[in-house]
Amino acid sequence: MAFTSSGNLSSAEMSTRDAIGAVNRAKRIDKIFAVGGILVMVIAMGLLFALIGDLVVRGLGRIDYDFLTSFPSRRAERAGILSAWVGSILVMLTTAFLAIPVGVAAGLYLEEYARKGWLSNIIEINVSNLAGVPSIIYGLLALGLFVYGLDLGKTILVAGMTLGLLILPIVIVSTREAVRAIPRVIKEGAYGLGADQWQVMWHYIIPAARPGILTGAIVGLSRAIGETAPIITIGALTFIAFLPPAPVSGDFPFINFDWLTDGFTVLPIQMFNWISRPQADFHVNAAATGVVLMALTLSLNGIAIWIRYRLRREHHN
Amino acid sequence: MTNMPDKRAAEATTDADQPPIPPRKEKAPLRARVENLNFYYADGFQALRNVSMPILDRQVTALIGPSGCGKSTLLRCYNRMHDLYPGNRYEGSVILEPEGENLIGPDADPVLVRLRIGMVFQKPNPFPKSIYENVAAGLRVRGVRNRALIDEAVETALRRAAIWDEVKDRLDGSAYDMSGGQQQRLCIARALAPNPEILLLDEPTSALDPIATAKVEDLVQELSKDVTVVIVTHNMQQAARISNRTAFMHIGQLMEFDETSKIFTNPSHPRTEAYITGRYG
Repeated sequence: MAFTSSGNLSSAEMSTRDAIGAVNRAKRIDKIFAVGGILVMVIAMGLLFALIGDLVVRGLGRIDYDFLTSFPSRRAERAGILSAWVGSILVMLTTAFLAIPVGVAAGLYLEEYARKGWLSNIIEINVSNLAGVPSIIYGLLALGLFVYGLDLGKTILVAGMTLGLLILPIVIVSTREAVRAIPRVIKEGAYGLGADQWQVMWHYIIPAARPGILTGAIVGLSRAIGETAPIITIGALTFIAFLPPAPVSGDFPFINFDWLTDGFTVLPIQMFNWISRPQADFHVNAAATGVVLMALTLSLNGIAIWIRYRLRREHHN
Repeated sequence: MTNMPDKRAAEATTDADQPPIPPRKEKAPLRARVENLNFYYADGFQALRNVSMPILDRQVTALIGPSGCGKSTLLRCYNRMHDLYPGNRYEGSVILEPEGENLIGPDADPVLVRLRIGMVFQKPNPFPKSIYENVAAGLRVRGVRNRALIDEAVETALRRAAIWDEVKDRLDGSAYDMSGGQQQRLCIARALAPNPEILLLDEPTSALDPIATAKVEDLVQELSKDVTVVIVTHNMQQAARISNRTAFMHIGQLMEFDETSKIFTNPSHPRTEAYITGRYG
């Protein structure tokens, strides 16, 4: 209709009028979408901040030196989270040492060495799917395989292995994405100099992909640190009044791995345990534990952002 | 350069019936020769059809032709760059002289080939490292550890690439802080540092401004005193300015190979004539 003249308007004038109408319509749609978007965002962020705020208001006052250095207790005002945060950190260390090297190596292999074909496609789809498997499934697998099958017990090692499995797909996928994002001209430049595949990977691909790989690893760890379900499934203790043997000591050989085979608890389990008690005082303890857990998670994410920013500047200025 | 077509017109009739590859007596000795080369990409597309041509020692050989004619594909055969992507297939031979070694033969190791034949790419692609480390990269790949040796090779390469004076005070600075033209000369220095037998240049000035282009062109001419250079260019004036020999390609075939002055003044093939006079391409 825009291109047929009618009345005493020329076809050009008609077209112009139609164009103005179309632009106005487009502007209206933009405005509606923007308002809707802001509304949804305010609701989502508002809820999140309300939750965090509530937790902080109720829990922050409870956090003091004693709370961080005491073991759990039957009396709420004496109870602390020492065994929980030490357990969380030891489990995270184990998870990181198991999942990051394996995940990065798997990602590099899939991206650089594996022949592209139906098999690598199936593996790719499966790895992505694994990232979406509910964490309790990993817990059941670990209970059947590690705890009963291999008879490893309800130990820090098993917790680390379970959470390591859980975040492995995250590490693999982020490694592959980081490697894929490296410009082709950089790889060709390195190969063009006569570098072999290992040299290209070690000296060019890994350094360039490091920010992405580290970010993926830390995002994975910050997911693992808050996981409760698989840890409960493998039977973490809920009341622990001792610490595992310290990993570092003053005597030869200075490092020991006895702590790996110790029982443990972690922050989310401590929190879960306290929240399920009837006494209100324990709920305050749970909120305080939540604040500590969230501070840990946020600072892990903060480190990820900082690393990415630092390395990116190093590489691209 | 602009008066070339007129000269060509004056001599057009003298030897128009020459075969595509004239059996001329070459003054310069042979450095490499391509024989009956066919190249197929992984999707089955045949990008080179029965190409045969020599590369003369310490001369600049230019590959020209319209987009998609296969000139870059041919260049990337010399250093087995196509092997980086699975499914690509060569047929025929690329013989490196005087050894007579077939670079695309079943026994040739692509990594070894690339250690002997350097390459500079279309877009400057310095590594995200210091200027010094960029130039040293080729030596490090070869396992050179001796700091003094590397220092010397880096300086020599940067001097040969005519960029030493501009960077000697900031060798530890990032290569990304250089201008595009400097980056491309750095890439040339990087390719020169390990003393390649042949230097391949894939449209090295297509991303550069005219001044930077002129510098690279001067550099290539200077280099050809002691290095064999093969350059792909879409810029005919550039080929005419800096090359000794020119190969004109069209849809995967080598239409004509001859001395540059002959190609630009008296081409034997009507397509070459049409291309260099700007009537197609």
